Amino acid sequence: MLPRFELSQPQTLPEALKALAGGVGQPLAGGTNLFPDLRGGREKGDTFISLSQVGELRYIEHTDNRVTLGSGATISDILRDPQMKIAAPALVAASDIFAGAMVRNAATIGGNVCCGSPSADSVPPLLTLGADVTLASASGERTLPLDEFYLDYKKTVMKPDELLASISWTPPTPGSAHLFYKLSRRKGDAITITGISVLVEAEGGKCKTVRIALGSVAPTIFRAHEAEGMLAGRVLTSELIEEAAQSAAGQCKPISDNRASAEYRLLTAHSLTRRLLRQAWKQAS
Amino acid sequence: MSSEKAVTLRVNGNEVNIITPAHRTLLEALRHEGFVEIKSGCEKGDCGACAVLLDGVPVDSCITLAWHAEGRDVTTIKGLGNSDSPDPLQKAFIETGGAQCGYCTPGMIIAAKALLNENPEPSLDDIKKALSGNLCRCTGYTKIFEAVQIAAEDLRKEGEAA
Ligand SMILES: Cc1cc2nc3c(=O)[nH]c(=O)nc-3n(C[C@H](O)[C@H](O)[C@H](O)COP(=O)(O)OP(=O)(O)OC[C@H]3O[C@@H](n4cnc5c(N)ncnc54)[C@H](O)[C@@H]3O)c2cc1C
Ligand code: FES
Ligand code: FES
Repeated sequence: MLPRFELSQPQTLPEALKALAGGVGQPLAGGTNLFPDLRGGREKGDTFISLSQVGELRYIEHTDNRVTLGSGATISDILRDPQMKIAAPALVAASDIFAGAMVRNAATIGGNVCCGSPSADSVPPLLTLGADVTLASASGERTLPLDEFYLDYKKTVMKPDELLASISWTPPTPGSAHLFYKLSRRKGDAITITGISVLVEAEGGKCKTVRIALGSVAPTIFRAHEAEGMLAGRVLTSELIEEAAQSAAGQCKPISDNRASAEYRLLTAHSLTRRLLRQAWKQAS
Repeated sequence: MSSEKAVTLRVNGNEVNIITPAHRTLLEALRHEGFVEIKSGCEKGDCGACAVLLDGVPVDSCITLAWHAEGRDVTTIKGLGNSDSPDPLQKAFIETGGAQCGYCTPGMIIAAKALLNENPEPSLDDIKKALSGNLCRCTGYTKIFEAVQIAAEDLRKEGEAA
């Protein structure tokens, strides 16, 4: 049984923003995080604002040079979109092994990004795409890099009267590599032990753009900026990749839990970053 | 905002009216109405025992609110067939021994039905992926995968004959 709560069901985005502006009530999207957490006592809350009926939030848009995901798009919506394989290969890879079929049908991208969980699988691929998030409130909108969205474990820059409206990015250039690797106990329906995404764009035999994001190995999912700086503009030799992987691992602050020890997370963050960088360089160069 | 609300939905084609508070799950509300073919396992989205089709899409009814089913179509295992006229999936589960204690079976067949509706020729991998949100403590899954393959073939033959 779920604890008792009140629920409002706005039908439009302005109605939802008005409800949020009231200061009482937290957004409810697919409920695949919230309901298990409420039931388990990990989450409190007696007033929710359901976003399920707000059709304006559930869309996927591809324009000339930009992809926009409404926060209400589900993981299944992403998998069904034929252009997403090109616009965000690693996001498709992450969606493909996300939970099980029933959860994928309910789980939204907005809920995955906003829950602030270190093991949210869509986030490393979105970070390596250099995605922006657009937050909306009754008093207006603001857009910022996803890289600046997370403050700490389950803490984001979002204010109580704001919601995540959309996520957008410029698709990787043709020929570039965008990869995701989820280390977990099994392929389906498992929580990530270590989740790594890498993007490499090459030009003239050199690495033009590189982004590295690591999940489940620190209080928040993060970009390894220092490691990226070591690789940008260079030819990615094995030695250089090893140094970058070491640097990325150096930024990890893993914990031990019932899925893996901190030592194992650190070790795999290092080796998987190295593996993905090698693979991405081979694919892109 | 109100604490209780009258919700009308259709279950296996028949209209059902319920009065229910916001925090009541679709699983609880429908079992209370006598639809006990929907099974309650983990009640947190892990096991798939509670799966139903909501407007044709499989969801875990234990993490779906009854309010969210307002005006929509719910299909349970009983909506797929009965012992006189079973769905090819139900038939195949019986024939292969894909059901042992049977607790996971309603959800398993609902998830498999959704797969076959979308993909009439699934590979073994497609089947495993489609059923990865359904846990079974008895069969070891082999017979279940076999049953889905047999049902897929039966449905294809049915389609060719028609
Ligand atoms: C069995 C199971 C397996 C799972 N497997 C995976 C997995 O493999 N990978 C993974 O990453 N996750 C997994 N999850 C977790 C969960 O499904 C995802 O994080 C999902 O994307 C959450 O989305 P939701 O729409 O259900 O969010 P909800 O539960 O509705 O909300 C989550 C949080 O985000 C907030 N929120 C939601 N939408 C917005 C918005 N638009 N603006 C502001 N705040 C918002 C809510 O207030 C809440 O705090 C799993 C969950 C279950 C139950
Ligand atoms: S009872 Fe719903 S998923 Fe287990
Ligand atoms: S047959 Fe017993 S749980 Fe699957």
